[in-house]
Amino acid sequence: MKGLGETFGSGAMTNDFKSIKEADVLFVVGSNTTETHPVIGSWIKERKADGAKLIVCDPRKIELAKYADVYIRHNSGSDVALVNGMMHVILRDNLHNAAFIDERVENFEALRKVVEEYTPEKTSEITGVPAELIEAAARTYAAGPNSAIFYTMGITQHQSGTDNVRSLANLALLCGMLGRPGTGVNPLRGQNNVQGACDMGALPNVFTGYQKVENADVRSRMSGLWKCGELPAAPGLTLVKMMEAAGTGDLKCLYIMGENPMVTDPDTNHVRHALENLEFLVVQDIFLTETAQLADVVLPAACWAEKEGTYTNTTRTVQRVRKAVEAPGEARSDWEILTDLANRLGAAWEFKSASEVFDAIAACTPSYAGMSHERLDEGPLSWPCPAVDHPGTPNLHVGRFSRPNGKATFVPCEWKEPHEWPDEEFPFLATTGRILYHYHSGSMSRRSAPGEFVRELFIEINPKDAEALHVEEDAMIRVTSRRGSVSGKAKITDRVPPKMVFLPFHFAEAGANVLTAAVIDPDSETPAYKINAVKVETA
Amino acid sequence: MQGIDLTINGKKVVAEPGMTILQAARKAGIHIPTLCEHPALPVAGACRVCLVEVEKNPKLLTACSSPVAPGMVIHTHSPRVLEARKAVVELILIRHPLDCFSCPSNGKCELQEVAYELGIRDSSFKEEGDTCNSYALEDANPFYVRDMNKCILCGRCIRACDSLARYHAIDFQNRGIKAMVQPPVGRDLEHSDCTFCGQCVQLCPVGALSEKASAGQGRPWELESVKSTCSYCGVGCELNIQVNRKTGRIANVTTDYQSPTGINEGRCCVKGRFAWQYVHSEDRLTRPLIKENGSFREAGWAEALSVIAGRMNAIKEDFGSDAVGFFSSARCTNEENFLLQRLSREVMGTNNVDHCAHL
Amino acid sequence: MGLYRSHVLVCGGTGCVSSGSQAVLDALKKGLADKGLDKEILVVATGCHGMCEMGPIVVVYPEGTFYCRVTAADVPELVEEHLFKGRIVDRLIYKGEGTVADVPHYTDIPFYKKQHRIALRNCGYINPENIDEYIARDGYVALVKAVTEMTPDDVIETVKESGLRGRGGGGFPTGLKWSFCARSAGDKKYVICNADEGDPGAFMDRSLLEGDPHAIVEGMLLGAYAMGASEGYVYCRAEYPLAIRRLKRTIEQATEYGFLGDNILGTDFSFHLHIKEGAGAFVCGEETALMASIEGQRGMPRPRPPFPANKGLWGKPTNINNVETWANVASIIRNGGAWYAALGTEKSKGTKVFALTGKVNHTGLVEVPMGTTIREIVFEIGGGILNGKKFKAVQIGGPSGGCLTEEHLDIPISYESLSQVGAIMGSGGLVVMDEDNCMVDVAKFFLEFTQAESCGKCPPCREGTKKMLDILGRIVAGKGTPEDLDSLQYLGTMIKETSLCGLGQTAPNPVLTTLRYFRDEYEAHINEKRCPAGACVELARYVIDAKKCIGCTKCAKVCPVGAISGTVKQPHVIDQDKCIKCGACAEACPVKAIDRR
Repeated sequence: MKGLGETFGSGAMTNDFKSIKEADVLFVVGSNTTETHPVIGSWIKERKADGAKLIVCDPRKIELAKYADVYIRHNSGSDVALVNGMMHVILRDNLHNAAFIDERVENFEALRKVVEEYTPEKTSEITGVPAELIEAAARTYAAGPNSAIFYTMGITQHQSGTDNVRSLANLALLCGMLGRPGTGVNPLRGQNNVQGACDMGALPNVFTGYQKVENADVRSRMSGLWKCGELPAAPGLTLVKMMEAAGTGDLKCLYIMGENPMVTDPDTNHVRHALENLEFLVVQDIFLTETAQLADVVLPAACWAEKEGTYTNTTRTVQRVRKAVEAPGEARSDWEILTDLANRLGAAWEFKSASEVFDAIAACTPSYAGMSHERLDEGPLSWPCPAVDHPGTPNLHVGRFSRPNGKATFVPCEWKEPHEWPDEEFPFLATTGRILYHYHSGSMSRRSAPGEFVRELFIEINPKDAEALHVEEDAMIRVTSRRGSVSGKAKITDRVPPKMVFLPFHFAEAGANVLTAAVIDPDSETPAYKINAVKVETA
Repeated sequence: MQGIDLTINGKKVVAEPGMTILQAARKAGIHIPTLCEHPALPVAGACRVCLVEVEKNPKLLTACSSPVAPGMVIHTHSPRVLEARKAVVELILIRHPLDCFSCPSNGKCELQEVAYELGIRDSSFKEEGDTCNSYALEDANPFYVRDMNKCILCGRCIRACDSLARYHAIDFQNRGIKAMVQPPVGRDLEHSDCTFCGQCVQLCPVGALSEKASAGQGRPWELESVKSTCSYCGVGCELNIQVNRKTGRIANVTTDYQSPTGINEGRCCVKGRFAWQYVHSEDRLTRPLIKENGSFREAGWAEALSVIAGRMNAIKEDFGSDAVGFFSSARCTNEENFLLQRLSREVMGTNNVDHCAHL
Repeated sequence: MGLYRSHVLVCGGTGCVSSGSQAVLDALKKGLADKGLDKEILVVATGCHGMCEMGPIVVVYPEGTFYCRVTAADVPELVEEHLFKGRIVDRLIYKGEGTVADVPHYTDIPFYKKQHRIALRNCGYINPENIDEYIARDGYVALVKAVTEMTPDDVIETVKESGLRGRGGGGFPTGLKWSFCARSAGDKKYVICNADEGDPGAFMDRSLLEGDPHAIVEGMLLGAYAMGASEGYVYCRAEYPLAIRRLKRTIEQATEYGFLGDNILGTDFSFHLHIKEGAGAFVCGEETALMASIEGQRGMPRPRPPFPANKGLWGKPTNINNVETWANVASIIRNGGAWYAALGTEKSKGTKVFALTGKVNHTGLVEVPMGTTIREIVFEIGGGILNGKKFKAVQIGGPSGGCLTEEHLDIPISYESLSQVGAIMGSGGLVVMDEDNCMVDVAKFFLEFTQAESCGKCPPCREGTKKMLDILGRIVAGKGTPEDLDSLQYLGTMIKETSLCGLGQTAPNPVLTTLRYFRDEYEAHINEKRCPAGACVELARYVIDAKKCIGCTKCAKVCPVGAISGTVKQPHVIDQDKCIKCGACAEACPVKAIDRR
């Protein structure tokens, strides 16, 4: 988000799904697309079958690797070097789009200077990838004519996550792969409404539509629209910082809506301590989750099928969610609960329906201004949609970037060694992620059919390591990091390279996040889930 | 584009270039029965039910696969066509069990519809012992049941897997009368490339594939379809929640391959289609809970909300607004996220609001 | 090639190899070397001579002496007498049938006399593994002529003029088919040789591939040049390892000589040829299924249109012809279209290769001009019915063909005449049947084959042929009803009318033609529970002729189920309810008093 915002002026996925069908080259990096975004995965495979080239970069030999024209199994945490190496080749062989750069991008010389160092040989040393593959990837991407980049948490969940994103943005700018169908830099958002939650200002530094809280004009406009007093000006704490503050006692009260940090956040032991340290914890959820069990008051919420509203997907497309069945017992929609509580806390909200809440969003959010439930009932709309007669915007950056001067900028990055690296005591690298059958903390998927299909934690381990440890398929193994330890059934597969284990994080009773560190990317405050030094033993 | 003039059943019809006879007939409101055809799938021409007579053409043609040509004179229900069509359906019915009464597809079965339309009660070719019952029910996975006795080998599931799910987990195996649909080389479904997206289940025209959790949850005509958006990953697939109003429960979740509004073009994954039972889970929270002496007790809304309001106000007063924080959720709606940040900023006076964007 | 005074051709066709020609070849080479004759006499392993039933065949040139059923043990005599002393070994030469006297010379043998070999012209003459021998027989002359003197359109026009039609069964005019593909727009085009010969008993494609593979490659080159194709496939069943080996060798040699590859003969024309081994599914002979198989999918037909000429292999314009079709092309280009068109009937030009099998004296491969009668093939070339039995029928056109009777013997063979009487040319299977063949059983045999090979895609072929088979099974077991014949007729008609591909559309032919021409046999099975040919085991009855029986009790002793009773020296009786029709009694009877009826 941050990486793209800085280079292009907007942090969202640049192109829509239809755009995939027009790409000649698909560059998938740090995204196990067929499992985390299966429908996008199917389109990528379709496009590949119809003749597009596919480049896949992932330390795990994910399913898409099978179809790849170029498959790169680089060392974890070496993404910046890899992309710099590709850019080196592109510049060396004059494959960049000079006209595009001249017209639309700033800071080219700085980029040239940084990537000069990243010869294929040096890049190969850092990434562990043969130089020919780096050259092949570079040439394939640059050849286009339309090349699109897709990435997910494999890029962002690193200490250098923002630099990783900046590098991909640099690559796209270098080859002019933006502003047309079939191109773009496309972060595939992991959760159904992560885009919407950001758009809505559920972030410590911005109101809706990324309007900065520090901006006095914005604040006064908001307080006018909301008919309230002065709004706070200083950016608040991020989730990870709030957790820290709770641990130290600076934060006294936490109100958690629909989240389960006991499973999804890094360093579970630390999270437990922090939440227990609070004076008052409210959890509003559909189940008595691991987090809710620590609460002082738990509020029963209506779930997905029981309420009206909207989600904004990974392509900035706003769609309706509709009530199909009644909520059980006294459970209520979150918006009703929040309205009731706000009024008890002294507000005078008069929302009678989700539709009215949406109108309030449109009123204070320029990019949503033209939308309403009524319009969305006709069909989805992508923001920016500034007026009621505006058709929405499927592709961003056509002709102009969102930065004030309309130009994008290169933000060159140097590769830095990861925060943690396997050593003698912790010789393995553990990486966490999602699997097809489950979602996030598993509170929904594990209570449905997929829960019967994949019941418990498994740990992917390379056949060589399994042999060395005398571990057989399905034997229990224990993975231990400096922060904690977790056990699961060994799944012996060359999907993971030697000396790497992969753990899905959906299983609360064997939470992979016991292992992870609350080490974050300083720029985006994203936890570095993908690299953890661990040891592996038979359990 | 120049239209193509045709005559179908004596009616002048203008088709677009590139259309098949079936598409042209549908556009003109002329019904031709089909089984293996589905607009979301590549043409197979397998079931032979859509055979039509085209004048000057010695052979009957499958409407689904034959492109229109200028001046074609087409008969969709001539005696010759009806005889052939009836023969084909009766051939299919030789082995197909006629236990419609207990079949999960009763009411949406396309074979049932075609047979009804042609006035067929049973196959005149059928002899004792012909009804297929040799295949064991395959129900090892929690998602769907395969009853190969009912399979009519139309191949829609195979094409759905190939062209929509893009897996090729299944194909025809064996030849002649032993032909059947299976994962390759004797593997069972659970150890095949199948990812249980269930698109084949929805596209199966008969009862060979049926969703496990839907058994007994409602007949097709009892269900009301509610269009919504999937709550799993960030793709945002359009889903249709099928609700049985008699029970107030979800019967299953489907997709619409022809939906003009669905960004997913009808595609979906195992979670979107099959991970909805949690909605009716026994352990859903149904009343507010207040913790007392380390354990929860149920409470009414008024009490719970006033406890919260009281404690939050007190903390704000004692330690300032920034001693309070809010975690919003990427799984909640825009409306809910919007209100939570307003609660934080406007009501509590703090910017300590964030959500799990990065996890 | 060096100069030799004599050539000894040893047949290396599959038939002769299986009757021991390799040992003959080895013995000849050794024998000649021992005598020091190996510098003046060359031994050549050739492709099939066609007269497989007489194998192993050895032909000595320049005399053209035709030796048959030669064994390794005969070789010393052959070397000593013929090759050393120049005296023909009478006991090994071909013995004529009936009135025909001994025939020492190849061209005088009735089997060859009536034939006209164009496709087979090199089979049996040349060493198929030596490109020079092919070239010596005017090989690649047509290619040179085409690329240097003719435009692609000229080539197509010549093929059109020749009247050549698809020899794989469909009989579609080849030149016309080529013109469709030539006209079709595409950045890449393919030509395919369909060598998925699957008819039981058919081996013409195999013999061509094994005996003269360069002719097929040259034919494909000419087609590729005419249609603008740059790549080709030979789709050959994996059960033909010798053919595949020879094809590989052929491609190597042709590439080495500059006939295959980029810039052929220094021109802009480039053509690359691959071999794809098929897994032996009958339906893969259907062109859309064949292409699916090359693409790596399950071989299943798809509806046409789109035709391969527009959307074929990997969606590109593609032309498929079978082996025999391709094998004719080079001769046509070399000699001109009119030359080929001079042979045959009005609409069916040229020659056709048939695999003659069944109850005929000389089984083998025969190539005759179109318009030859079945009688000529069966009685003159084939030497009549085996063991002097009575001719009953020919099944023509493979498992999808039809059974024809005595009344059709004088029909001049052509695509039109055969389809008029309910049979098809097919790929050229010709199975001769005599009075011992039960036509119901024959129909059932062919239908069993097509049912087992049905791909299962369309209901008429999958379910319909099975139902017909069920009914036939009942009839041969004596459990049929008169209504069954109507059902067979109706099912057969509907399957032809509604099936997706040629396999289904022709599968009922054997049943429909036998119903038409041998209805009395069906009726005998149904009404009298009797198989007139005595072939259907379940209907057979063993009866003791009381007049002949001497009451020796041998039959009663061997009967495994105790079905025979009677006192010594009195005529015995068989209890038909107990009898299992094993035939042991008939074998044991010293006076042949037990008849099978």
